Amino acid sequence: METFWYAAVTVMLAVYVVLDGFDFGVGIVYPFVARTETERRTALVSIGPVWNGNEVWLIASGGLLFFAFPKAYAAGFSGFYLALIIVLWLLIFRGLALELRSHLDHPLWRQFWDLTFAGASLSLAIVFGAALGNLIRGVPLNAEGYFFVALWTDFAPGPKPGILDWYTVLVGLTSVAILALHGANYLAMKTVGELYARATAFARLSGWITVGLTVLTVLAIPVVQPGLARNYTAHPIGYLLPVTGVLALAATLVLRRQQRDAGAFVTLSLFILAMLGSTAWGCYPNILIATSDPMNSLTIFNATAGAPGVVRHRLQLDARVHDRRLPRLLGKSPARSGIVPSRVDESLPRLAPPRRAMRHGKT
Amino acid sequence: MASALLYDRLQFATTATFHYLFPQLTMGLALLLLYLRSRALWTGDEHYQQVARFWTKIFALSFAFGVVTGIPLEFQFGTNWAKFSNFAGGVIGQTLAMEGMFAFFLESSFLGLLLFGERRFGPRVQWFAALMLFLGSWLSGYFILATNAWMQHPVAYTVADDGRLFVNSLSGLLTNPWLFWQYAHNMTAAVVTASFAMAALGALYLLSDQHVAHAKTCLRTGVVAGTIACALMIFPTGHGNAKQVFEYQPVKGAAFEGLFRTERGAGLILVGQPNMETMTVDNPLVVPRALSILVYEQLWAKVKGLDAFPRKDWPDNLPLLYYAYHIMAGLGTILVAVMALALLLLRRGRLFTTKPVLWLLMLCAPFPYIATTAGWMTTELGRQPWLVYGLLRTSEGASPLVHSGNALFTLLGFLGLYLLLGLLFLFLIAEMIRHGPLPVNHRPADHATTSSVY
Repeated sequence: METFWYAAVTVMLAVYVVLDGFDFGVGIVYPFVARTETERRTALVSIGPVWNGNEVWLIASGGLLFFAFPKAYAAGFSGFYLALIIVLWLLIFRGLALELRSHLDHPLWRQFWDLTFAGASLSLAIVFGAALGNLIRGVPLNAEGYFFVALWTDFAPGPKPGILDWYTVLVGLTSVAILALHGANYLAMKTVGELYARATAFARLSGWITVGLTVLTVLAIPVVQPGLARNYTAHPIGYLLPVTGVLALAATLVLRRQQRDAGAFVTLSLFILAMLGSTAWGCYPNILIATSDPMNSLTIFNATAGAPGVVRHRLQLDARVHDRRLPRLLGKSPARSGIVPSRVDESLPRLAPPRRAMRHGKT
Repeated sequence: MASALLYDRLQFATTATFHYLFPQLTMGLALLLLYLRSRALWTGDEHYQQVARFWTKIFALSFAFGVVTGIPLEFQFGTNWAKFSNFAGGVIGQTLAMEGMFAFFLESSFLGLLLFGERRFGPRVQWFAALMLFLGSWLSGYFILATNAWMQHPVAYTVADDGRLFVNSLSGLLTNPWLFWQYAHNMTAAVVTASFAMAALGALYLLSDQHVAHAKTCLRTGVVAGTIACALMIFPTGHGNAKQVFEYQPVKGAAFEGLFRTERGAGLILVGQPNMETMTVDNPLVVPRALSILVYEQLWAKVKGLDAFPRKDWPDNLPLLYYAYHIMAGLGTILVAVMALALLLLRRGRLFTTKPVLWLLMLCAPFPYIATTAGWMTTELGRQPWLVYGLLRTSEGASPLVHSGNALFTLLGFLGLYLLLGLLFLFLIAEMIRHGPLPVNHRPADHATTSSVY
């Protein structure tokens, strides 16, 4: 059941990235490809009816995370405090730019909102990418399951990491490149003429940047989070996800060259889904990886809401668990000691589920 | 850490207060729009479609601001109230997720249909979209109020070994006895806000001799709906709410009435200033025994005062709570009187020519907003010192590691942002009112491809 919710949250977030990703991408490429007022309006009209609906996926993902894993929601949202509030402000300004630009026919009014729209889209792409980087690198969770990271410290993913370090910034830039490509692909599908020509030129450029940055990001993973490989070693079938991603990106580049706009858009969407899926496969069953003590990691088992169905399942698991303190006494993480029985796999780096008996409150 | 808690509280209060300025108009308008679309469908009169179209645009603007200001609330449960989210997420995660997934999708998609589909679809589809918009927004409100009602009066939960709470009955959570009166009172208040807005705009157009037919429809709709809703505000919904406060949260009731001492035949204080040094109310204007009658329907019933409860369970900002309640109740009474007067004149056919009353209706538009805000302050300040009544104190719910410097930084940021948002909203509404309800084909050219909101 926990695995189902993990998959559900992952899928919803991935769908969100694909959907809102293209309108973020339109925002990133907007100042470069849309020059005249007519072109700008064409670009905005292309995302006008859909961006709000796309954003609802973020709200729904947040709601689902809160519903399924309240502890992870609480820890993550308070730990990334400043970054999240800044995300909020950027989302608000971006929404305002899209809603209000057409309300007044004055060049300064429109230039101001154009700048806001492009700037907020770019910043959000960086921050969302950096957030993914933080999930991969891990955060300094304490024994109560909370943490707090500043926006940046010394830009190194060491024992006192910030939200921005060289690795997470790298992921952020990768996400800008991918979303710029995504947005340019979308614009290419929706437009003709000079706007189309500039969008496709931009797409080709960002395509190669995407390839370069993605390779760098993947190569850096063993340095910042070697644990991510464990699930792949245990279950090589997981390699299907990154392989799909690579093929999809290659297909995007080819289709892009052949001017097959819809094909390029679809294959890049597949690439995004596959790469996010690969990350989730590597992190499972962790939601927040602890950089300090692996015992402190928040996994799908110790962060659930325990809806009735989930509770029953956990009790079944409990019957097979000896004592979650035992591995720590032995100086080993439960994963490595291999004494924690699991429905998933013994070798997974996860915590034993807490022993739990229910007592009834008032109804 | 104490100051971080203060900033956390101020930030949530600011966000919630500012957010709720928008949904109260949209939820109320959803009902009035449904009425206008039904009327248009039954009579086939294009005039009602036109009025509905104009108000749908106002609805859309208010809805957009409501969405934009609502997202920070969902975020702040996690960012500022992590311990509360961890403690109660197993319960309120359910209602909040339902609101997000279900009601919100419904609302956004059908609003799109109403805005974009005007030409493509006939009046039947428009009516259906208005119906779904009404259901969506009122359902949205239901899930949010179910969350609040649970914080006021926790039901249907189980405590796990680690102290966290889980829902044990979803239907129990959604049929919380507290919820009934709270929802009825709140939704009626939303209709009051929307009715006053509609009547005020009608009065404005009539006084300035513009869009006269439109103005008269707005006035008729606003005044009739407003009178009904205002009356329902006081009885039975307001009365029902107050009775359940005295039943389940007697200390809150004693605090907002300014009743420091337990009394038989307690009076109802209309005006007066609570004095926290002497534990009395200065300059009181009292209706003798009225409180005992209202709460227990007996002349000499005993009403528990604040002295019956330990000081640590008193709401922590007692004078503000007292004023919030008295502002709500006082304004509620005045608004009933205004609407009743307008209805009387309307029935006699003299409303459209009685300028002083039109002026009064026009100037009254902000007061339902103030009354509603004061009402929410009453219920939320009165819930203190509890975050979840009787289970979790507010001081135990905040994020443990978010320190005051960060919390103050974001609080100031939100204040600036909301000032900007408020000014923009007023500016855009003024622009809409200035342009007035024009027929569809009068839209500027660049809006022709999509709707006027983009």
